Amino acid sequence: MKSSISPLASRRVALALALFVAAMLVLPLFAGNYVVSILVVVLFSAYVGQAWNLMMGYAGQLSLGHALYVGLGAYVSSGLFVHYGLPPWIGMLAGMAVAGLAGIAIAALSFRFGVTGVYFALLTIAFAEFTRIAFNHFGWVGGSSGLYLPVVTLTHDDIVHLRGSPRMFYYVLLALTLAALALSHLLLGQRIGFYWRAIREDQEAAQAAGIDVFRYKIAAAALSATMTAIAGTLMAFYDNNLYPDTTFGIGRSIDIITAPIIGGLGTLFGPILGAFVLTTLSETMTSLSASLGVNGLKQWIYGAALLVIVMLQPAGLWPWFKTFLRLDEERR
Amino acid sequence: MLTFVNILVAGLLTGCVYGLMALGLSVIFGVIRIINFAHGAMMVVAMYAVLVSNQKLGLDPLIVMPLTAATLFLAGYALQRVVINRYITRPEHEQFLLLLAISIILTSSTLIAFGPDARNVAVDYAYDSYAIGGVLVDKVRALAALGAIAGVAALWAFFRFTRTGKSIRACADNHVGAEVVGLNVERLYAVTFGIGAACVGASGALLLLLVDVQPYIADDYTLLAFIIVIIGGLGSMPGALLGGLLVGVSEAVSGFLIMPSLKSMFSFGLLIIVLLVRPQGLLGRRA
Repeated sequence: MKSSISPLASRRVALALALFVAAMLVLPLFAGNYVVSILVVVLFSAYVGQAWNLMMGYAGQLSLGHALYVGLGAYVSSGLFVHYGLPPWIGMLAGMAVAGLAGIAIAALSFRFGVTGVYFALLTIAFAEFTRIAFNHFGWVGGSSGLYLPVVTLTHDDIVHLRGSPRMFYYVLLALTLAALALSHLLLGQRIGFYWRAIREDQEAAQAAGIDVFRYKIAAAALSATMTAIAGTLMAFYDNNLYPDTTFGIGRSIDIITAPIIGGLGTLFGPILGAFVLTTLSETMTSLSASLGVNGLKQWIYGAALLVIVMLQPAGLWPWFKTFLRLDEERR
Repeated sequence: MLTFVNILVAGLLTGCVYGLMALGLSVIFGVIRIINFAHGAMMVVAMYAVLVSNQKLGLDPLIVMPLTAATLFLAGYALQRVVINRYITRPEHEQFLLLLAISIILTSSTLIAFGPDARNVAVDYAYDSYAIGGVLVDKVRALAALGAIAGVAALWAFFRFTRTGKSIRACADNHVGAEVVGLNVERLYAVTFGIGAACVGASGALLLLLVDVQPYIADDYTLLAFIIVIIGGLGSMPGALLGGLLVGVSEAVSGFLIMPSLKSMFSFGLLIIVLLVRPQGLLGRRA
């Protein structure tokens, strides 16, 4: 399964991808606002899932606190926008810098002190939770009562200031998702991609082979955090409100990582597939339990579905889906 | 000064209950090497069971405690045998997802059954307190701590004196060796998970004397248990108790001196410092 160096080299895969991109490009022209708003959630999840997958799926470093980077990207850009009127794209750069530095700091501290595996995962949770509570008491961004972005009614989409309809956000996120896919594909074929997978498979052997393990693990964390921050900024300007408990909370971190795990960890298309499956499932359950009026039914079915998937397809849905679409035929 | 001593004592007493809860997580990790992400959810289920027995039958949580522990032991035993056992050799992220799914199912089941509102038990000694040399001690807190200490003592005796307890320790020390000498490791793992669940059941009953229960506190208590066992040393029993006491005191003192809503930030801060300075925990052994 992991033998393929360049899955895009396969013609069938390239064709399937082209069809998928074409479908995604024209979909909003036909779909209603509700469907587009759900697809925005799907793409958000697909994009962040890919960012997380770079760090866990390829470099093998389990982060359970990625909400931290979403939150930093969201809060830095929104804070600068609300207080100084700084355009979101510039604020996004600031958010990326802050999140990237946080990612580097956490990874450097952990790996320097020999904190790995489960301990590293718990440390990432600790940093995210620490920041969540700190932001609850951080007056500049509204503390626990939240930060609200001024909403203006526009007749057209203003992409420069990221003010506009769900359709605009859809296309921005689609571009990001495809860019992340291209970047992942590119990196996997480069030296760094091989080093990451070597570290994932056997860190000691990688070190013995002369790979600067520390440096490449930091690089994975920095890239993953920076990419995640972009999604944070977009989410903030899409939702127009931010609360520390939901932005930095453990619930968001879990949401971020379930899609790529369900889709297929360490695969190129797994995070995207996982995002489609889980978001669709979650939205269907939301409307179902709203019509039935039962609290908690949505989460129950969601949990049961997770259980079924992890028991039947522990390696994720993509390997199975790939065979189903016969995308792996040529390489056999 | 006396107020401060009061706060300190209250923190220590709550810390005893925390310690028992974390002990469950630590035992499970120390032996089976699985991180129980459903720890808080299991506790919330236990708390609701105690709540129902209190409201419908008028039973005191302290009396129900052994029963809850026994019930959760059986549930934990079955869960390990039927589901978790297959995942012992799987990668960490698959174990995480499995226990996350179990946690979501448990939490949402309580949400379906009891709704989102916070609830608590009514005991007639809720507002009683003892004055010991000028120090005021809440009766509920003192009884909860005594219950926790009794639970810990029972556990200590089990691991120290019974054949099963010794076998489990042998498993933790040397898995292959345990299999070589003919121990039924699979059964011992199930017993271990049962014991971990029993700790959660007992501490849930005791904690209900001190705090309200609502479905969403599950994650908070899972995280709290993590903090405690990491600080004390994952897999170390005395470490879990020490961690529980430290976090109990840290919560009480920071809540009193600074702000109650900041109390868990100090716990997480403590966790970060311990992980960086002494990753194996205060009383843990280097892996």
